[in-house]
Order: sequence, then C-alpha cells, then structure tokens
Amino acid sequence: MFKGRDVISILDFTRGELEKIFRVALKMERIGKREKPLLKDRVLAAAFFEPSTRTRLSFEAAMHRLGGSVIGFSDAEGTSLAKGENLADTVKMLDSYADVIVMRHRVEGAAKLAAEIAEVPVINAGDGSKHHPTQAMIDLYTIWRELGRIDGLHIALTGDLRYGRAAASILYALTKFKPKRVSLISPASLKPRKEMGDFLRGSKLKFFEGENLEEIIQDLDVLYVTRIQKERFPDPAEYEKVKGSYRIAPELLSRAKKTTIVLHPLPKIDEIDLQVDGTKFAKYFQQAAYGVPVRMALLALLLGGVR
Amino acid sequence: MMNGSEELIVRKIREGTVIDHIPGGQALNVLKILGVSGEEDHTIAIMINAESRKLGKKDIVKIEGRELAPSEVDRIAIIAPKATINTIKNYRVTKKMKVKLPGEIRGLLRCTNPNCISNKPREPVIPSFTVASRTPTLLVCKYCGTYISHDEVVAQYTLAS
Repeated sequence: MFKGRDVISILDFTRGELEKIFRVALKMERIGKREKPLLKDRVLAAAFFEPSTRTRLSFEAAMHRLGGSVIGFSDAEGTSLAKGENLADTVKMLDSYADVIVMRHRVEGAAKLAAEIAEVPVINAGDGSKHHPTQAMIDLYTIWRELGRIDGLHIALTGDLRYGRAAASILYALTKFKPKRVSLISPASLKPRKEMGDFLRGSKLKFFEGENLEEIIQDLDVLYVTRIQKERFPDPAEYEKVKGSYRIAPELLSRAKKTTIVLHPLPKIDEIDLQVDGTKFAKYFQQAAYGVPVRMALLALLLGGVR
Repeated sequence: MMNGSEELIVRKIREGTVIDHIPGGQALNVLKILGVSGEEDHTIAIMINAESRKLGKKDIVKIEGRELAPSEVDRIAIIAPKATINTIKNYRVTKKMKVKLPGEIRGLLRCTNPNCISNKPREPVIPSFTVASRTPTLLVCKYCGTYISHDEVVAQYTLAS
C-alpha cells in the first residue's frame, strides 16, 4: 500500500491511508527524540531547488531519528544545475545515490517528472503553487491530534488562497474528510483559482467563500492562517488596505470559542499578532513540531520500515 | 452522410476526405488544426451550419486529393469529438472512421502555464493532458493541473499554422 510509492499530491491518498499515516505518526511521537533505527543504512536525498527551513530540516531530522542518513543541497547554487544541468539528469543521479528523494522546486509539475524518472520514491516537498502534500498531512494531523477529529468541524482558511501551495494542499486534503463547513476568507484578488473552485464544487465538501472573518469567528473550530505576500499586489496601497483585515489579533480571538485552534504553515510575518503566540489558541509551533513524527511515519511507510 | 439537398450546395469529391459531424461553426478551426490555409492546391468545400439531427447544426469539410494521417484524426477529435472521417476514392466512401478523443492526449498540445515543467525546453517531457470534459472540450495538464479550454486549443493551432 505504501512501500515504494511516490508522494506527489495529497489527492493521491485515500482517507484510510491518511489515517494510517496519523496512527504511525502517533507512535513516532511517542518515540520522542530517541533514535529508532527502522531505516538504518538508508539514504535520503534532499533536493531543495528552492529555499526551505522547516520542511527540509524536519525531513532531515525525521530521517536521522530513524537511523538513516541524508545527502543533498538546499539551493541550486553550487550544484551542477547552476552550470545548466537539467532536472531530469539531476534526478537520475540522485536516484542512483539514494533510497528516497525529497524535492522542492519552483516549477509546477517538477515532482511529477522526477517521479517518472526515478525508480526510488519521490516525495514532493512543494512544487509551484498547488502541491505540498506533506504539509497537508501535518496540518490534518495537527487538527486530529488537537481536536480528536476532522469531521464535523468548522475550518476557516484565510489569507492568500490563490498562490499559496499550503492553502491549496490542505483544501485538497479536506475533500477527503467531512468537515461541517470550510470557510475560505480572502481578499477578492486572492480567492482560490478557477480550477480549485471547480474541483471543490465537484467534491462533497461544504464550502463558503467570503471576505469577512469577523462574521464567522465565533463559530470556528480551526482558523488556518496563511501569509499575504506584498508582491502579489500590483498596487502597494491595495496591499496595505487588505493586510490589516486579515491580521489575527487577541481582540478577534476573544470572540472565538475557547477550544478554537489557530494554525499557520509558517513562516509568519505579521499576519498573526505576536501576542497571540502565548495564548492557548496558538498551535502553529506545535504544528511545526508535528512535522517530524508525520514525516518519520511517511518515510518509514514508504521505505518499508513499518507496515 | 449527405442528403440530397446538401449535394445541391456542395458537389461530391472524387478522391480525398470528407469530415462530417463537426460541431456547427467549427469547420474553419478544423482546417486550422489540419494546417490547411487554402494556399495549397486542394479544392476544399466547407459547409457551415447545415441541419443535423444529431448535432442541431453541423459543419462539413471536403478536401479533394488529401488523406488524413492518424495523428491528424486525433487532433480533430480535440475540437470535434463526434466527427466522422470519410475517405473517398472514385466518388465512393472506402473508409469511414469516427474520431475518438483518447483518455490521455500526448504531444499534440502545449500547456498554457509558462511555469509548467512541460514547457521547459531542456527537460525530456511530452506534454500530456487528461480529458475533463468532452463537450465543450476541457483538458487538464497531467503535470501542473492547468485547464486548457476549447478556445485555447484552437488558438494554439492558429498560432502554429
């Protein structure tokens, strides 16, 4: 079911498979920081053509904790890519050196091409603006761990729902479950793309698109915040106008349920007030911490360390 | 097949191809897709918006002295998924083919997303699309998931020809 498989899009996984990953991740969490040599002598190639902090480091930590080792690069500078080598040739080389390739690339579909070329499993650690499947696994795992379920919850996604791959991936992932409602709250220019809208309408997900977070805050179980990037706005004045309306501050959360959790794929800049960090709502650092056990679970399943 | 009244408008051809059951108004696009500009030597007859029981309105294209290659038949399927291709020899239909839009279309189109891996010239990728809808045609890039509409398909062949 998992061994030898590529991880390109969260849509490639069934709900049952995602729940299997959660159960294994829970076991990995219990191992804690001790080494569990399930993947001894295995090599992970971390091919990060685009910068990454959490994703790369948590994959590396996960592989080390499972007794494996890591090779790779964290940007294309200094590699033969800078000399003009194409992606296909780079992937062929990594395929012969490693047992699994974890790849991040700016170009959409790069991971799919890599998976066609490589014999070993390829894990998409983010390509283009649509897919970041392991982030979606971590997001769902966080909700499941913190609230005990995903079904029946009111989940809001806010910020840039058009260009951000984390938002797209969790939205795809939520179509595998039965949340009570998914509210998509963003400025008009950052609403999900047409492809996503069509996909959601074709799914059974109950979703709602709006621009005002204050109207729904009191009903939310999960508030998933993403960063609005200044460079997405042709007019800087327009950015200044919208950025404040999607800023999560203690006053807004004072109207939320006591059990509401706030998630963020990080890095966050100023979309969440620093005062929120210390509140019981803030689960984004815990979410980042869950990155290691979830990625341990996935690696162990793909490489046959657990069944 | 043609009925008597259509034959009054467009005469039979001796050798060549008749493409029938093209959706109304798409005949010129079919010619574009085939790379027929009119500057070739072939005699071409085009009937636009003929009455059709199946399609309501249909177009018919007759090309004298030209047979179609299988890849050309596949291309026609992208914009005219119900077309029939009749090969004519000595005024008679010697072969009748229905076009069939395959589940996956490989190599006939480009993805419209410039940031798609299939548009990177030095990568060994054949652009491939799955069919999301047949009428109207809507294709999805296998690599980046971008939608390619009927109009975008036609535009690609127009620019290419």
